[in-house]
Amino acid sequence: MPSAGAPAPQPHPQEPQSQSWDDRRIEVILGNLLRAGVLLSAAVVLSGACVYLSRHAHEPADYRIFRGEPSEFRTIPGVIHSVLNGRGRGLIQLGLLLLIATPIARVAFSVVGFAIERDRMYVAFTLIVLAILLYSLLGSGLGV
Amino acid sequence: MTILEFTAVVAIVSFVAGLLGSLTGLGGGVVLVPLLTLLFHVDIRYAIGASLVSVIATSSGAAAAYVKEGFSNIRIGMFLEIATTFGALLGAFLATRIPTSALAIIFGAVLLYSAYLSRKPRPLDQRNLPPDALATRLRMNGSFPDLAGPRSYNVQHVPTGFGLMFGAGALSGLLGIGSGAVKVLAMDQAMRIPFKVSTTTSNFMIGVTAAASAGVYLGRGYVDPGLAMPVMLGVLAGSLFGTRILVKAETKSLRLVFSVVILVLGLQMLYKGFWGKI
Repeated sequence: MPSAGAPAPQPHPQEPQSQSWDDRRIEVILGNLLRAGVLLSAAVVLSGACVYLSRHAHEPADYRIFRGEPSEFRTIPGVIHSVLNGRGRGLIQLGLLLLIATPIARVAFSVVGFAIERDRMYVAFTLIVLAILLYSLLGSGLGV
Repeated sequence: MTILEFTAVVAIVSFVAGLLGSLTGLGGGVVLVPLLTLLFHVDIRYAIGASLVSVIATSSGAAAAYVKEGFSNIRIGMFLEIATTFGALLGAFLATRIPTSALAIIFGAVLLYSAYLSRKPRPLDQRNLPPDALATRLRMNGSFPDLAGPRSYNVQHVPTGFGLMFGAGALSGLLGIGSGAVKVLAMDQAMRIPFKVSTTTSNFMIGVTAAASAGVYLGRGYVDPGLAMPVMLGVLAGSLFGTRILVKAETKSLRLVFSVVILVLGLQMLYKGFWGKI
């Protein structure tokens, strides 16, 4: 304990060292999480590609006219159903859903990270971002 | 073309786009949509859906490498993500209501601007700026390791940066790109964030921004598995390979070549958009 006469240590305006270290450790964990998510989704997409190409390789490819995807490729229940039916394109869509979920998971983990640092302001900011992301996923028809 | 041939050619083109994008730092997503629409005659809506997915893949895939460098500022990133994700939602909703020829024209303009920006010399980082009250309240100021030891920086003009990032998010959701060019404008020029910090932070943000609109695109049936598969795998492999060889490559002439490609694609998109050929 410093004596009463000694000046109290001034907090550095640029944030103390320990906080940036905490930030840094959270970042390393998040970076690895992101890479793992991407590699997992790429593996799922690749396996779906093998099934898809082994069945449809010699059919004509045509993306000139926009038709929109059927519901089995644009809703989460539809995708799961078509994966269970062994469809390659369903597996590709599952991989893409995992890919979209990866940055969302990173935001969710950031909430925890800021909470550990007791940074209420940034917990609130991160929750706003998370709410927008979840709204875009579930409010756009993906859920039905 | 059969599906096998189409998949192989699109995968190769996407690989090259991802490789050049990561070597030059200009991002591969910005050339993908014009290449798919102009070269392969893919409907621009399918092209945007596929590109958006590949943007998430490259951003998230590169994150681990960027984190090792330790320059990114997660507070700046998270605060600005409020703006970019809101913008991305707006862009994704607009994309379904705007005619495809207008999409092509906006895309062409963004490409021309990116080409211009890539030739412009980067302004020198301004040092020793006074702390800004709002940025200090938001705890955005920080420091990063520089050659001569840790260097601290003070973030400026937060509201301008926030507004520009909303625009960057809207463009990302509308066109399926990372919109690195607008992010540079917001973070480097308005907020005066040092270049090393702004590039790594914006990489973190790009994936989150793209995820906000990718959900909308997938839910609306704009993401075709047969097209998104070679694009996503190709771009991801290309960009990961690019970060591996980055140290050895001669990037100056590559940057010139790539910016000429962007310029030509931009003019083509404008032409096709104005003459209603898209």
